[in-house]
Amino acid sequence: MPESTRISEIIEGQMGLEGPLLPIFHALQAEFGHVPEQALPIIAERLNIGRAEVHGVMSFYHDFREQPAGKRVVKLCQAEACKAVGSDALAARTKAKLGIDFHETTADGRVTLEPIYCLGLCACGPAALVDGEVVGRMDDAKLEAILKGAK
Amino acid sequence: MMKVYVPRDAAARALGADSVAAAVKAAAPDAALVRNGSRGMVWLEPLVEVEQNGERIAYGPATAADVPAILDGTSTLKLGPVESIPFFANQTRLTFQRVGLIDPLSLEDYKANGGLKGLEKALTMDSAGIVAEVTESGLRGRGGAGFPTGIKWKTVAEAKADQKYIVCNADEGDSGTFADRMLMEGDPFCLIEGMVIAGIGVGATKGYVYIRSEYPDAIEVMEAAVDLARKAGILGKSVLGSSHAFDMEVRVGAGAYVCGEETSLLNSLEGKRGTVRAKPPLPALQGLFGKPTVVNNVLSLGTVPVIFEKGAGFYKDFGVGRSRGTMPLQIAGNVKHGGLYETAFGLTLDEVVNGIGGGTASGRPVKAVQIGGPLGAYLPASKFDTPIGYEEVDKAGGLLGHAGFTIFDDTVDMLGMARFAMEFCAVESCGKCTPCRIGAVRGVETIDRIAKGDAAGIPILTDLCETMKDGSLCALGGFTPFPVMSALTHFPDDFSAAKEAAE
Repeated sequence: MPESTRISEIIEGQMGLEGPLLPIFHALQAEFGHVPEQALPIIAERLNIGRAEVHGVMSFYHDFREQPAGKRVVKLCQAEACKAVGSDALAARTKAKLGIDFHETTADGRVTLEPIYCLGLCACGPAALVDGEVVGRMDDAKLEAILKGAK
Repeated sequence: MMKVYVPRDAAARALGADSVAAAVKAAAPDAALVRNGSRGMVWLEPLVEVEQNGERIAYGPATAADVPAILDGTSTLKLGPVESIPFFANQTRLTFQRVGLIDPLSLEDYKANGGLKGLEKALTMDSAGIVAEVTESGLRGRGGAGFPTGIKWKTVAEAKADQKYIVCNADEGDSGTFADRMLMEGDPFCLIEGMVIAGIGVGATKGYVYIRSEYPDAIEVMEAAVDLARKAGILGKSVLGSSHAFDMEVRVGAGAYVCGEETSLLNSLEGKRGTVRAKPPLPALQGLFGKPTVVNNVLSLGTVPVIFEKGAGFYKDFGVGRSRGTMPLQIAGNVKHGGLYETAFGLTLDEVVNGIGGGTASGRPVKAVQIGGPLGAYLPASKFDTPIGYEEVDKAGGLLGHAGFTIFDDTVDMLGMARFAMEFCAVESCGKCTPCRIGAVRGVETIDRIAKGDAAGIPILTDLCETMKDGSLCALGGFTPFPVMSALTHFPDDFSAAKEAAE
């Protein structure tokens, strides 16, 4: 199926909702791993709003990607409760080890590293979200073990 | 038959509960395995409970390797009956009465433990009676603002419109808080019941729970619970066979902290950028899609069922001053015994931090406690006699907010924390008002100047904070000065040039 047909289908699936734009973005990202640029004019047309508006909403929210992420996505909590138990140092070591900064993907496409602000795991930090799974008391050894599979 | 409980709460899962549950299944395939919510003792998670002779014996923190010894009762992780553990036994659990006790997705469990009693009672009352009951209970907005819930409901109830909404703010973005998450994961029907009562009370037929995307487990449990509630007739055209209609949907946020502010949350639900709206008009009169809307926090709505189950008078009898009822305290950060502790308002900060929390996990002295998340003040030990109540914490120069307590030991650099508060505000600002959008950026720059030893930056920072406080549209820009100024006021040494020179 051509991508644009599939995009229209996904949009149609959310049209019964009140205020469907965020659910549309979420559904597209769930399918493609990012929100394909070609989807924006199709959404604008279907919702009868401007393309600038669609782009404006999408870029407002941290979650929506213009590009696919790496094979593994590591989000390290950088909020206060995790800072109290060393999340800054953990982030610095992780960046050095992977050779990337936050919001970057390793050159081999293996790992994307991002900050996240609070997973509600504030009594067992430093917390992380790896490929959508929560991890508490994250440390170097744990992260290395988790990432081993991402070759 | 043996019954084993292994929590499915995100904190328990983050600490390995899934592998413990798998080990239980493998070792005792005939035992009934329940994935309950968390009892709130996060330092003991994964906390396994084995039911024997009607008593639940706790073991924790457990790993998969501990499972065989736990199942035959010989494990050294044995903590005794779970409800006798002092941290748990000393609580007053009203909002959280079922969390950890029941299977979150079993309506049978829910009903067997007081569930739906509040709704059944509400169905015998008229709109004015329902609103009066909530007003009488003294319940105030648990999201942070502390606005009387009954008054908000009254405004919506008296508004005339063809459609009204109940919106649950489950965008719990404040670091150090996790009570909303635990309630949704551990007792989702309680929130649903609270929303249905709110709907009947104000004449709204549609509800939304706006959950942040950082809470994948809460989203999963809430979605499943809404489906089950619809099938059971709790939601739908005829709530429990009555003439009232109410249905609801789960909506997922997309990583914007500011969407925890009620008007930007409404914009986000409408499919717009999550920018803040000027008030008035109040959301109670012109809220979602311009219609009268109750926007309440998870804990506010989750407390409604117990108020109707036990009566407003029962609830109101707990508390201190104008802070009535109980508050689920969340004890977090560098703390020995972290977790959720529901109790009547009125404990002192010292009792929370050093008593219940047991001081720092690192064993070093407590330097500061941030109350109420990223927009709350940092308080030093000299303020630890402050009682936990809305007005009381306010008087100490703080903000109770969502009652999160984030504890820091003496290694924390308070200038760094002040800088982070400004940096966070700069990143998360919705951009609508200048004091927040520009002020936060200037704040970071000014704190960097101070860090380099320029003491002239201090009055500029103070002045900037005044401007942000007075001129911002919402609490993001308006309250960021709390952590910044409290750090500066209480920990001046961390801001002094002498410190730089000494290093």
